[in-house]
Amino acid sequence: MDASQDEFAIRVRDLVVGFGRQTVLDHLSLDVRRGEILGLVGASGGGKSVLMRTIIGLIPRQGGTIEVMGQSTGGHGRGAATTWGILFQQGALFSSLTVRQNVQFPLRENLVLSQELMDEIAIAKLEMVGLRAQDADKYPAQLSGGMTKRVALARALALDPPILFLDEPTSGLDPIAAGDFDALITTLQKTLGLTVFMVTHDLASLTTVCDRVAALADGRIVAIGPMRELLQSEHPWVRAYFHGKRSQMLQHEMR
Amino acid sequence: MGTNCPDEVERVNHEPLLLATPSGDVLNLRPEGPWTAANVVALETLSRSVGADVDQSRLVTLDMSGVSALDTLGAWVLEKLSRRAASSGRSAEFVGVAEHFSGLMDEVRQVNRNTPAPTAAPNPVLARLGDLGKSTVGAREDLTIFLQMLGALFMAVIGVLRRPRSLRLTSLVYQLYRIGWQAIPIVALITFLIGAIIAQQGFFHFRRFGAESYTVDMVGILVLRELGVLIVAIMVAGRSGSAYTAELGSMKMREEIDALSTMGLDPVEVLILPRVVALIIALPILTFIGSIAALYGGGLVAQFYGDMGPAIYIARLHEAITVTHFEVGILKAPFMALVIGIVACSEGLRVKGSAESLGRQTTTSVVKSIFLVIVLDGLFAIFFASIGM
Repeated sequence: MDASQDEFAIRVRDLVVGFGRQTVLDHLSLDVRRGEILGLVGASGGGKSVLMRTIIGLIPRQGGTIEVMGQSTGGHGRGAATTWGILFQQGALFSSLTVRQNVQFPLRENLVLSQELMDEIAIAKLEMVGLRAQDADKYPAQLSGGMTKRVALARALALDPPILFLDEPTSGLDPIAAGDFDALITTLQKTLGLTVFMVTHDLASLTTVCDRVAALADGRIVAIGPMRELLQSEHPWVRAYFHGKRSQMLQHEMR
Repeated sequence: MGTNCPDEVERVNHEPLLLATPSGDVLNLRPEGPWTAANVVALETLSRSVGADVDQSRLVTLDMSGVSALDTLGAWVLEKLSRRAASSGRSAEFVGVAEHFSGLMDEVRQVNRNTPAPTAAPNPVLARLGDLGKSTVGAREDLTIFLQMLGALFMAVIGVLRRPRSLRLTSLVYQLYRIGWQAIPIVALITFLIGAIIAQQGFFHFRRFGAESYTVDMVGILVLRELGVLIVAIMVAGRSGSAYTAELGSMKMREEIDALSTMGLDPVEVLILPRVVALIIALPILTFIGSIAALYGGGLVAQFYGDMGPAIYIARLHEAITVTHFEVGILKAPFMALVIGIVACSEGLRVKGSAESLGRQTTTSVVKSIFLVIVLDGLFAIFFASIGM
């Protein structure tokens, strides 16, 4: 147990992932510090989601090592839910279960606890993500986009995992809902001491929420650091990303 | 693990504890160790064990300084103890909350404050009556939807007759290939087996009163008039009807049907008409193939089980059946195809957003079309009997 293992929640070294003859991630290395919110940006189809899915074990890797909380991962065995929570882009709520049952699912599968306590924990989680107890008996099909994301977040946090993966958490939300969701993630991250790994295109989230931002281009991390440093980066893709017309407009507003 | 561990600190780090020290009517609770979800069994036992003491005390203090790890679940168990103590005018307080836990404790203090009253279970008799009423209204709705779809199909047919170029020929041929050509092996196999089984039963039972030769009459009439078309229709309903419902349902879910409508195209004409027409063409052909396969199966059993050579079998068959029997069977097929097609397509269009709804509608489609096929067969039996066919 040396200091570096305590410092980093996720360490990725020389990761190679490809499909057929196409290499998506080419000797990629990335460290995520404990207790930080790391934003990952990259071109659409450039391998952001592939990187996330490889770390959580959904996509097999062809080379390299991945360490999560000091332990190298090999697939996703039982108990993975206690290590990390994952918010999928579309929520991925189980459509045949109510909101309450969705949040209780990881609890029920991983712990032995009374139904009463399980109900209370589920409601507590729902209230922590800003929903009301009245919403607990709804089915996923009855929820709006923002509520679906919140329920999915409550389910991801059901077992208080130390690491939270977010796949485009604010996509499909209106700016108000997206802002609320960003604030919620910041609050929960502080309260629960989470490490957050966030794949996003939302420049506002990157600036307001993330401690550090990593830029993925050509299968590698080409720049990583606080948003200020990334804006100074000389890498052509990073410049194009942050100094394009849309980005300029947003940054102008924030100055 | 705690008992044989020599180091006190180690023990505290591995197992949660709850020390209760009462002094007068003040109870001092001191949780220690990791109060986390992994130890939930111990946490529940601990909090239950001090429950009685908590109820008797006027003031409960929770000294949090010994807690080494805390998560939402642990925080909630402690908060629940404090709420229990604070009920009915008594009081409870947390002391020594470490700074990195205070955010979580504050958060947990806010939750579960206003649980909605559970809705009272409805009167079972009234609930039954309500269900009955709902299904009656539902049956009327089903009929309306069926007739609407029939009407829409009729309009689409008229549209195609006016402008023959608007017929989706590629789609029609593709559907014919899928539900007709690809279904032939399984349809032939099953009807072959059914024919063989009927013939075997006929020989076995008719032999007792020496009427073996009438087995051929039974097989011929039964297969051509009823069983051939019925079995094939039921198989097609299960095989192709369910596929139609699932396809159209997932297209509905992904808004493809809405996209078609907004482009000024009629989904009935583009998607449903080719499918239903393909069924109407394919089902009589499959019925014919199925009937022949069943007669062939009966013939094989006659030779190997009933000691009746092929020549005698065919000669008996020639005497027993007429073209009328064949007509009765084959005439029913297009109507059954129409019913299967309409039910499958309209159920597909009733799919709502969720995957569960897709599954439910597919089941409904198969059950309903098989039911209607059998009812239709019964009506045809009455009809043909009354016109003397």
